[in-house]
Amino acid sequence: MLSLYMSFYYLCYCMILIKQVKSLLYKEILLEWRSKYAFNGILLYVISTVFVCYLSFKTTPPLVWNALFWIILLFAAINAIAKSFMQESKGRLLYYYTIASPQAIIISKIIYNILLMIIMSAIAFLAYQIVFQNAVANLGLYLIAVLLGSISFSTVFTMISAIASKAGNNGTLMAILSFPVIIPLLMLIIKLSKNAMDGLDPSVSYDEIGVLCLINIVVIAVSLLLFPYLWRD
Amino acid sequence: MMYKNWWKVLAVILVLFSVTGGLLIAVPALPILHESIRNLYYHVPMWFAMIIIYLVSVIYSIKYLGSGKENDDLIAVESVNTGIIFGFLGLGTGMIWANFTWGAPWPNDPKLNGSAIATLMYLAYIILRGSIDEEQKRAKISAIYNIFAFPIMVVLIFVLPRLTDSLHPGNGGNPGFGAYDLDSNMRYVFYPAVLGWILVATWIMTLRYRIRVLENKNNQIQ
Repeated sequence: MLSLYMSFYYLCYCMILIKQVKSLLYKEILLEWRSKYAFNGILLYVISTVFVCYLSFKTTPPLVWNALFWIILLFAAINAIAKSFMQESKGRLLYYYTIASPQAIIISKIIYNILLMIIMSAIAFLAYQIVFQNAVANLGLYLIAVLLGSISFSTVFTMISAIASKAGNNGTLMAILSFPVIIPLLMLIIKLSKNAMDGLDPSVSYDEIGVLCLINIVVIAVSLLLFPYLWRD
Repeated sequence: MMYKNWWKVLAVILVLFSVTGGLLIAVPALPILHESIRNLYYHVPMWFAMIIIYLVSVIYSIKYLGSGKENDDLIAVESVNTGIIFGFLGLGTGMIWANFTWGAPWPNDPKLNGSAIATLMYLAYIILRGSIDEEQKRAKISAIYNIFAFPIMVVLIFVLPRLTDSLHPGNGGNPGFGAYDLDSNMRYVFYPAVLGWILVATWIMTLRYRIRVLENKNNQIQ
């Protein structure tokens, strides 16, 4: 009887959580759609960085091509996601505190950032491919790497940006806190995408894909556990 | 007093034994390694001590989030400070060893890069603490960063080197050190060294922690 009651309670909690995440996500997208400031800004940032790289490198060997692409994406992601908590005013955060659970807030931010990063990295990849023209042997696997990369950047940087926003909101802090944490993920992603470029058999890359998914799950779980503490002021 | 401090005596005895024994007791004659194999007694225990002391730091960060006691936070930060010292010692001894056996102080090895990045992570933790003035807020936010970074550090040091090629034994398909290099003579020195250095690290941490507590008491308005 008790377990039935508990599971019912748990189900209710999940439903409420999903509803809150939905409305918060809707709010994020609506706000972005109205101003289009973050998206356009980051888009221009990515395109001009690609162009700067093109003008300075002209042609690149495959190893450099791959590394350069991920470095461009890394900096774009840091700039895009650093905003996710900094743009919230103190009053608005207080308002969220009264109407939503902290888990709903962090989940909605993570999902929003994942969407933003996926669109952005897709456009960046397209622009990069057009300008630089480098043969990727296994395009499907490379796109999976780009997808996993944007998801990893979003999950890690969302939590770090929440931490940095509590600690005085400066860009330097965001960079020094996030670089050491993202490097292991970045190493895996670069290896995975290099495998895709060389057209190695996909089975070679299962290890990397598995570890990346695992790290993302751990990061999301830890974020869900820690964010309530971070949020309460 | 003695019954409380027996582990400090044990630490001194073990470290003294492993330092002298490490230089005197016979080691197997192996190609490339030669006598530099003795560095095993000095290099590897540093990493063990570092990992254990970082683990202590994470445990006390979790405790701090639950309890909100300032002393838990002090233990966490002093553990990190001590861990960073051992991290640098581990890198230093490793670089000397690598220079003789692998031909360069910094060969491109995932374990080297990983431990350097882990050290960066904890230096970032120190900088994060420096950027917040309010004490309780500083304790809470840095505890959160500490807990958040720890699982990724574990991946960095324990998982990634096993996925890629590494010069270190036990990684990238290499057999572990224990497989054939470590004869029973070496075990008698190696295990005491590991235990001794872990205890020394804990000792340094508790000393620093007690100094901090005294400083805090001193700074309080009477």
